[in-house]
This record gives sequence, structure tokens and C-alpha cells, in this order.
Amino acid sequence: MKKLAILALGALALGVASAQSNVIKIASVSPLSGPQSALGTAISQGTQMAIEDAQARFQQLGFQLQFAPQDDQATPDVGVAVARRIVNDADLLGIVGHLNSGVAIAASEVYKDTNLAMVSPANTNPRVTDRGLLNVNRICGRDDVQGPVGAEYAVKVLKRNRLFVIHDKTPYGQGLAEAFAARAKELGANVVALVGTEEASNFQPLILQMRAQRPDLVYYGGIYDKGGVLVKQMRERGITASFMGGDGLDASDLVKIAGSASKGVLFTTTAGPISTLPKAAAFAQRYKAKFGKDPEAYAVYAFDAANVLLNAIEASIKANGGKKPTREQVSRAVREVKLDGLTGRIEFDSKGDRKLSDYYVVSMKEAKYPGEVLRVIQFAPPAARQ
Amino acid sequence: MTVADLLSILPQTVLEGLLLGFVYAMVALGYTMVYGVLGLINFAHSEVFMIGAVIGLEVFRFWGNPDAPVISNPFLLLFVALVFAAVGSGTMAVLVERFAYRPLRKRGSKNILVPMITAIGVSFLLQDLTRIYAALRHNEFNMQYRTFDALNTTLMLPLQTTIQVKGIIIILVSVLMLIGLTYLVNRTKLGKAIRAVSQDMQTAALMGINPDVIISRTFLIGGSLGGVAGVLFGLLYTNVTPYSGVLPGLKAFTSAVLGGIGNIPGAMVGGLVLGQLETLSGTYLPFLTNGNFGTEYKDVFAFLTLVLLLLFRPQGLFGQNVSEKV
Amino acid sequence: MSALHRFALPLSIGLTALSAIGVLLSLLGQPVASGGLLNALLILGVASVMGLRLPTGWRSGLLAVLALALTVLLRTNTDDKVAFYLLLAVLIASFLLPNLTRLVRVALGAAILLIAVPIAGLSNSFLFELGIQIGIFAALALGLNVVVGQAGLLDLGFAAFFAIGAYTWGIFGSPQAAQFIGGFPAQGLSGNYLFLFMALAIITAAITGVLIGLPALRLRGDYLAIVTLGLGEVVRVFANNLDKPVNITNGPQGITPVNRPDVGILADFLRAIGAERIYGRPIDDAIAYSFFFYLLVLVVIGIVILVNVRLANSRFGRAWVAIREDEIAAKAMGIPLLPTKLIAFATGAAFSGIMGAVFAAKQTFVSPESFTLQASINILAFVILGGMGSIGGAVVGAAAVTVLNLGILKDFSDLLNTWRQTGVNILGYNMANLPPQLNPAKYERLVFGLILILMMIFRPEGLIPEQRHRAEMQEARQEAQEGGSK
Repeated sequence: MKKLAILALGALALGVASAQSNVIKIASVSPLSGPQSALGTAISQGTQMAIEDAQARFQQLGFQLQFAPQDDQATPDVGVAVARRIVNDADLLGIVGHLNSGVAIAASEVYKDTNLAMVSPANTNPRVTDRGLLNVNRICGRDDVQGPVGAEYAVKVLKRNRLFVIHDKTPYGQGLAEAFAARAKELGANVVALVGTEEASNFQPLILQMRAQRPDLVYYGGIYDKGGVLVKQMRERGITASFMGGDGLDASDLVKIAGSASKGVLFTTTAGPISTLPKAAAFAQRYKAKFGKDPEAYAVYAFDAANVLLNAIEASIKANGGKKPTREQVSRAVREVKLDGLTGRIEFDSKGDRKLSDYYVVSMKEAKYPGEVLRVIQFAPPAARQ
Repeated sequence: MTVADLLSILPQTVLEGLLLGFVYAMVALGYTMVYGVLGLINFAHSEVFMIGAVIGLEVFRFWGNPDAPVISNPFLLLFVALVFAAVGSGTMAVLVERFAYRPLRKRGSKNILVPMITAIGVSFLLQDLTRIYAALRHNEFNMQYRTFDALNTTLMLPLQTTIQVKGIIIILVSVLMLIGLTYLVNRTKLGKAIRAVSQDMQTAALMGINPDVIISRTFLIGGSLGGVAGVLFGLLYTNVTPYSGVLPGLKAFTSAVLGGIGNIPGAMVGGLVLGQLETLSGTYLPFLTNGNFGTEYKDVFAFLTLVLLLLFRPQGLFGQNVSEKV
Repeated sequence: MSALHRFALPLSIGLTALSAIGVLLSLLGQPVASGGLLNALLILGVASVMGLRLPTGWRSGLLAVLALALTVLLRTNTDDKVAFYLLLAVLIASFLLPNLTRLVRVALGAAILLIAVPIAGLSNSFLFELGIQIGIFAALALGLNVVVGQAGLLDLGFAAFFAIGAYTWGIFGSPQAAQFIGGFPAQGLSGNYLFLFMALAIITAAITGVLIGLPALRLRGDYLAIVTLGLGEVVRVFANNLDKPVNITNGPQGITPVNRPDVGILADFLRAIGAERIYGRPIDDAIAYSFFFYLLVLVVIGIVILVNVRLANSRFGRAWVAIREDEIAAKAMGIPLLPTKLIAFATGAAFSGIMGAVFAAKQTFVSPESFTLQASINILAFVILGGMGSIGGAVVGAAAVTVLNLGILKDFSDLLNTWRQTGVNILGYNMANLPPQLNPAKYERLVFGLILILMMIFRPEGLIPEQRHRAEMQEARQEAQEGGSK
């Protein structure tokens, strides 16, 4: 009898949630548990900020705006299942996600079926948008643009010639590092190593290789949590080569992790440092007040991604005579969005890449975040390869 | 890249492998001792190790806060951290045994897989609880060991080799702990009881030994070693996350098997051997294969070596070839 | 409890009738009670019919009524996942409850699998996805069940065989093969070759099983565990790194798009039976593929179960159990140890290999992330939770964990999240004040871990224990009690 009672209580709990028709939902889908949760949480929190900002605006339009954070556990199977699960929620009009390109590619095949708009804050793999799907867009840059930007700077401006290229064996890190290495080779530099490692804490084998190879620049394709540890261990063991990476290093936690070793770290990013954008400074302040920590690049990207969606939804509500728009209308409206976000001017091309992105080369002159902008390079994404 | 270049980093490579090996050895002991008394692969040991690292980190943070240090001497601070981590991790291991494994044993389940699944469940639980703790307490996921110049001072050794003060400490602490454990197991009454229980629990019980108490103590000792190893690991590689225990734990378990699981000197040697294998292969594979099979294969290399070794010595390096009881 | 049994029949009939009436009323657009109450009623109904002692005839009839009520409910209330979980429970009950006739089992099973689930899936494609994933994981669990459950060989790297199957089709059914085989079709083989490659995947996975087994199976117990774990990682590391020197697996980037068979006929069939009305819009590729993979998984799982049952009752099955129970005695009885174990390994590998190929086509994407140690441990958890060595157990274990992970835990997170946003008070605590670090969506694994522990403490023999184990567990419990009373 006890068992039955417990079951019944459980059923009541599950049955409480019921649908309302004037609700509009935006979901963030990113890893919220497991080793990558720190990054995924930034995405979810950035989205949450944008949505909470817009709730009053939507109230006036007659809609209740809700946020639905989802956990894809950084694996494609869970990502696809979550995607299937949420596409059936008719109130859901947009997705901010994912963190991993592998998950995004698989899940966006599901969103595609109902033209559910997805704006990615983090998937830099070219293939995410190269498939030419109407509903897939991204705020962040592309590996095949960002890597070369870094290579140009390292070889032409810094005049580095012995490059030691490392990546973290994720689609993001590998794509970035390989694009960097390829461009650097074209520019005549000597790439002494191009090596991947899944290691998170012990980088000694790589540092020992550096001792033998004596590079003058180490490029790291990957995220700050490992990159910070790597540069810290390098400095501890007396490797003085410059350290450079992509927007994965763009986080205040880099300084926390690497400490004084973060001094002199270089990275490329599409998120303009807070010093150049007053709006971004205000965002950073509010974010810190709400979540108790500085926003990471992914939080900024996610905030912009959510705002793109909100903008598109508002526009399509208006175009629709105040009624709730369809998913396809929203997806089309996303491509029309013109928005000055925290990361600069946002407009999408026909593939969903940003038309023109500013790439900043940032140097951590001191062991303090954010760093100082050394150079701004404007770059358009490559045309669709069909 | 000349052969001379490659040889020039060999002594340093061996030294780095040694540091890693000592950490593995201490964690491997936790696996091997529990296996010895219970025949159980205690997957949760990797989390006990990680919690030790977190406890040490908290000691550094609170009593070594740079603005208002309670303990300003880094060596004393490290000592306190080691003691707290040993006690904390040991207690955690005992609690895990008490609440997750003992109820199973009392039921008399003979299936060794059941406690193993429990161990996996405990692992998940401890990882996420640590994550909640780190998030609520510090709003952090990656936690950093504070660095002290006194511990990071680099000393020059012959053959173009360098070692940091903390490296020396790691070697000293590990050697002391390993000697202490050997003494404890071989020369004390508790050690005798542990050996008795691992040989035959029922007979030991008939001889007036309370197996529950001995098992609990074994978890305490193994957990303490794991906790100390956690602090040393944190000191060496500086970054700790709630999931930091998984990979070192796996390697340490491999070390235990390499040395012959259940065998205490075996675990020590296994750890040292694995540390060398991993560091040497990680460093030299790319040079030997022209970059085609690089550092990313270091774990493959270590595992394949294990498989090869087990083919020729199925009981591991030091394991005794026990004939089956029929 | 005895009172409950005395009134078992009237109670079950009453509950079932009430649920059916509730469903009918909600069908007529007059929801007498909120969805929660109706679901609670249905849960009680299903639980009573499954759990209480009922005459065979009544039980069959009530199960049929419940299945019908649930199907109708799923058709009208497309987001009612509880109803779907209950439908699965009825399905499992109709296969596993002891005193049903074979005719009832087959009729109920077929009706639920071929009519009720597709109707639910057409109304809500997540339910198809759930069904497909349950099927895929069930095949993996069945494969591992042969190795661990029946032959008693602890394998901690089982995801490797799944990976082999997935890459077998993934490489050749996509543009990937053209990367390293000159003259291969640029887009890979057409999707219709999938069926051929499912057969090939059986072979490649079985061969890998033998290759891993040859060194590993000479070892005993826990040595076997670590070696399989290691070799499982070796397979994943190779998949993750064989993008150079020759690009075979495309490394961490993964392989996409993987081709799928042509489903025009199936789409036509759906149109012909008027499935649009359930689907709510014209039949498109998306739903046709969902339906196709559902059917494919169903067929494969059927074959796997059939083979498994046949094997379990064959010379090999008995030899496996003999080895599991006492290796030396088995050897003394003349069972050749290594070959018998190798056959277990190869069989298990083959089961997961074929599903690997299906998985690759279904995801249209293969990457090493799907085949981590975590995946291997999850599969082991299916087997142990379900009940080691029992075929029904493996399927139920996979279904339970998948429903829990992809369904119930996510529903629960969503619910807590809604409460957080609307500021619901629970025991005087306003949920809106919950610190963001405690976002419920973040703690699904914690809950899963807790469930694993509790399950092992309170029901170590699994949900559906194998007969032999059940007896052993009881014996052990008695022994323990006697020991305790001394």
C-alpha cells in the first residue's frame, strides 16, 4: 500500500505542470552537469539575463516570457533526446545552444524539422553553418577565420617562427589549432609540433617536448580551464615562449587559474573587451551582482544570442498582428535581425554566420582580466561552399 | 631535432615520471588494500582522492589567505593541509564503507558486481556534492592551489635537470608514507589483522578479529593515503575540479593491477612504473613516430603494456599465483 | 496487506474503470480533474493490476483496458509523458507477469508496440525518440548481459563494440570513406546499403570481440575488468585520433552526414493510412524517419532477443552459466574455457555492433563522444539494475534508466524550474530564492547516483532477477539472518 501511495504522490507532482497558451519559451541547451558544466552554466546564465531583461517588454505585448534551461550533458545522444523532447513544446520559439559542436550538429538536425531557430553562442566548427540550414545561426566566430587571424598576428606582427601548436581534442580546439597551423605554415613559419591531448591536469610530457623543441610561441586551441593550467605549468618549469590561443581563453577565470602566468597571454576573440564597450561593462556589473562571478565569453555570447532571438520574436509578433508567431517566422526573422550587441554589430548572412565580425587580438599585459586590445581585424566568413 | 636534444631531456623526463608515479602509488594503495580485504574494486576511491585535494585546498585558502594568514609559513601550512586531508578523506572513506558497502555485505550478497555499481553511484554522488559545495561556497568549478614562492623555488640538479622545492616535498612525503604503511602492515597488530582478514575473513573472525572493524580501519588507512595523495597532486598540478579524481583514479587502479592487485609493495611499484611509462611515452612517442602517433596515445601505450605484461604474468608484477581452492 | 489482497480484484477493477472513465471524459473535452489527478489514477490502476494477485482472465482484460485508455489519452493529450511511461509498464507487464497466456502476451505486446506506441509517437515525436533510444540501449544491455550476466565475465569497455558498429556504417555511409579510399563515391554509399552494413557490423564487432577477448579472456575476474576497460579506451582513443596520418575516423570532429535508407515507401504508407491526422501536419521526412528507425530498432531487438533466448537454452548458454558458477568445475566437466568465453564475447559484441550501425544512421552523426567509459558504465548499470543474467531484466533495466535519464529526471528539472520562475512556495520556502548554483537541471547525475546506491541496497538482485539468482539471494538472506541471530 505504501508503494502505491508513493507512486500516487509522484504522479500528482508530475501532473502539476500544465500548459498556458500565451507563454513564449526560450531554452538554453548546454552541459549543466559533468566536467564541462562550468562553460555550459555560463551559457545558461547569459541567456537567463537576456530573458529576464525582456520579460516586462513581452508582458506589454501580452506574452509571458519563460526561460527553460536544459542539460545536454555534452553528449550527442542526450543532446538529440533533449532536442526531441523540447521541440514538442509548442510554446518554445528559440534555442540558445549548444556548447559542443558535435552535439549541436546532431541536435540541429532535429530543430530543423520544425524550423526551430537555434542561435549558437559557442559552436565555431565551420560545418555547423556550412550545412546551410535556415534555422541555424551563430554569434561566435568560425575556427577557419579565427585560427588564421591568430596566425597572421603571431607570424607577421610578433615575428614568431618556431610554433608549438596544441589542442584539446575537441572539435573546437582541433579545428582552431589546425586552421592556425595551416595558415602559419603558409606564412612560412616553422610548426614544430601539432599535437592533441585530452589531459586536464598533467601537461608535463608536452612541456618536456617544448624543452627539446625550444619553440618561441605556443598556440593552444582549447578552453581556458586547461589552457590556464598549461601556461601555469609551462612558466613554473621555465618555458618562456609566448602563449596564444583563441576565444576559449577569453575568460576572467583564466587569470584565476594561471595567476601570474596569465601575464602576457594573447588570444583572439570576437567579444569586444569590456573597456571598449560601455554596454558590456554594465552587463558585466549586473552579471556579477546576480551570479556572483565575472561573466565569461560564453555568457556574453549567450546574452547576445538570446537577444537576437528575442528581437526576432518581437519583430515577428508585430508582423503577425500581435499573435504568437510560428517557428518558421521566427527563424526567418532571425536572419533579418540587425542588432548592436555586446559583441558588436550582429547581422547574419544567408548561412547564419555573422556578416562581418571584428576579431580582436587581446593581450593580458598584466595578470588581470580583461586584457588590452592590440589590434582589431575585420573579417567576413567564407562564402557558402555548396 | 638531434638525438642529443632528445637525450638531454631524458633525466628530466624520468624525474617528472617519478613525481607522477609517487602520486599514483599512494592512490593505488587505497585500491589494493580495499581489494585485499573485500575483493571489491572501490571506484569511489578516486572521489576520496579528489576530496582530499579539495580539503587541502581549503586549508591553504583559509589559513593561508594572503591578506590575513593564520599560518604564514608555507611548509607548516602544507603540513596542516596534509593532516586535514588525511583525516577528512579517511573519514569519508569510512563513511562510504559504512553506508554504501556494509549494508550489502550484511545481506550476504555474493555478487561482486553489486557493490561495484554502488561504488559507481557513490562516485557520481560525491562528484556532484563537491560541485555543489564549490559552487555555493566559492562560486567556482576550477579550484586553484595557492602558490608559494618558497615551494616553487627551482633547484638545479646535474644533467640539465631542475626540480622545485615542492617536488622534493612530494618525494619525501610519499616515501615516508609508504615506509610507514609497510611498517604498519607488517609489524603492528592492526597490520596482522588486516592481513588475516584479506587472507580469509571467516577464519579471521573465528580468531577473535572483528572483520567489520578491520575493514573500516582499512578504508581509513587507504582513504588517508588517498587524501594525502590528493594534496600532493593539487600541489603539483595546481588545478582541482570535482571531476579531477576520475582519470588519476583510473591510472592508479591500473597501477594496482600492474603490481598485482591486493599486493601492497606491488601497488607501490606499479604506480612508479606507470608514472614512468606514461611520462616517457607521452614525451617521446611523437619524436619516435614522426608526429603521427603523438602524446595522445600515451594512455593507449600504458594500457597495451599492461595487457602485454598480464599475458605473461597474469597475476601482475608481484601478485602471488594463488592456486584455486576447489 | 492481507486486506489488500482480499479486495485485490474489486480494487483493480474499480481503479481501472475510474481511469477509463476519466480518459473518456477528457476525450469528450470535459476534463473532470486536472491532468495530475487522472495520471495518479492511472498509476494506481496500472500498479494495482501489476502488483496485486489477480485471476489470469481479469488481469489480461484489465491490462487491455488500461492499454487502450492510455493510448487514447496519449492521442488527445500529446504531452502526457506519464501516460507513455505507464504504457511501457503495461508492455513490460504483459511480457513478464507470470500468469498470462501466451496468446494474451503476444496480442497485447503487438498491439502496444505496433499500434499504441506509433500513435503516441506520431502525436509527439519525442516518444518515438525515447522508444528508439530504449531499443538501442536494450540491445547493448542484452549484449553485455550475455558477457557479464550469463558468462560472468566482467567487461568494463563494452561501448567499444558499439563504436565499432557505428563506425563501420559511419565511415562507408558518408563522405568519410572517400577521404582515404581513392575512387570511393564522394557522398559515400547510398543509405540503402545500411542493411548490408548492419550485417557487416555484426561481423566487424564480433571480430573485435575475439581480438580483445583473446588476450583479455586468459585473465581472471578483476584483471579482466581492467583490461577490458583499458582496451575499450584504446578503441575510443583510436577513433579520436585516427584522423592522421590517414584520415579514417575524422577524429574528434566526427563523421557527418551519415546516409539513411530511403523511406519513401514508409511515408506513402503513413499517408495511405491517414496518419496526417494524428501527426497534425503533412507527413514529412522527419516523422517518416522516426517511424522507420522505431520499426528497425524493433525488428533488430526482436532478433536479438530471439537469438539470445535460443543461445541461453543451448549448449553454449549452459556452458556459460557453468563457467559463471564455477570455472574449475566447468573445466573439469570438459567445457573448453577459452572458446566458450570467446563465443560469449563475440555474441555480446555482435548484438551491440548491429545497433551501432543503426545508431550511426539514426543520428546521421558519429563521434567518439558517444563511446566513453561513461557509456560503458551506463550499459553495465542497465544490466545490473535490470537483474544480471535475465533477458527481461536487461531490457527492463535499459528502459528504466533511459526513461529516468531522458524523461523523468528532465521532467522533474523542468517542473522545479517552473516553480523557481513562478515563485511557488514549498514548505514556506519561496522557490524563486533558490540560489542559481542549485539550478535543478544541474543535478540529474546526482539523483541517478543516489538511485543506483538505493537500488543496490534495497534490491540488489535487480528489477527482474534471473530465476537462479533470485533463489541464491533468498538463500543468502536467510543465511545472513541466521548468522545475525547467533
